[in-house]
Amino acid sequence: MTETIAFWALAVVLVGSALAVVLTKNLFHSVLWLALALTGTAGVFLLLNAEFLAAVQLLLYAGGVITIVVFAIVVTERLVGERISHTNRRITAGALTSLAFVALVVNTLARQPLAVDPKPVAADVTRLLGESILTRFVLPFELLGVLMLAAMLGAVYFARPED
Amino acid sequence: MGLQAYLTLAAVVFGIGLFGVVSRRNTIGILLGIELMMNAVNINLVAFARFSGSEIGMIFTVFTICITVAEAAMGLAIVILLFRIRRTVMADHLDLLKG
Repeated sequence: MTETIAFWALAVVLVGSALAVVLTKNLFHSVLWLALALTGTAGVFLLLNAEFLAAVQLLLYAGGVITIVVFAIVVTERLVGERISHTNRRITAGALTSLAFVALVVNTLARQPLAVDPKPVAADVTRLLGESILTRFVLPFELLGVLMLAAMLGAVYFARPED
Repeated sequence: MGLQAYLTLAAVVFGIGLFGVVSRRNTIGILLGIELMMNAVNINLVAFARFSGSEIGMIFTVFTICITVAEAAMGLAIVILLFRIRRTVMADHLDLLKG
């Protein structure tokens, strides 16, 4: 019962803030709504017994990405001197596209026999995650390190002073 | 709540993000829509992991979160570079490839 209430509360927060992200006129408010949506997603992860992922979500997304986006807004809007408003175009076409997509997915989901009860998970999911990442999935983990290095080098290259 | 509820929630959030990507004029707004879509995919992965009793979906989510953060950093670096060159971040005005 508690889980049902928590799910619906999180669903309302998530969908409401997601709608605000794509509909607000002020770009800065959009980013703040996105922070709420990402925090709501961390709540959904908690509901799904993924505490570690909820922490990663808060640290990397709500902490890291929001900071970068705010920085990008400050850099690109201050210099041009425009107001930080942004508008939508082709609203009808966009709404039709996404509504058709959602209808397709929801319709398909309704026809599938999906699990109703969660399977029991290990008592300590975080320990299991750590052990798997460093044994069975160690190659993707190292590749991820290479990707991070490449992204860092790319960002530094883009940010170099103009000569 | 069953698996279907989580998948439907993720589909709705993905659709909202898709609407943002299609309709926003500002490039940063488009990137925010992409973040929403990535987020919906992560919810799907974690829900499948929870309801199948396997931790592999959660490991995949760790990787997608890291890749998404790298993608956001690079996307915004490109936006800042575009702004330096073209003095605008409105997607309608970025038509260098039009010939």
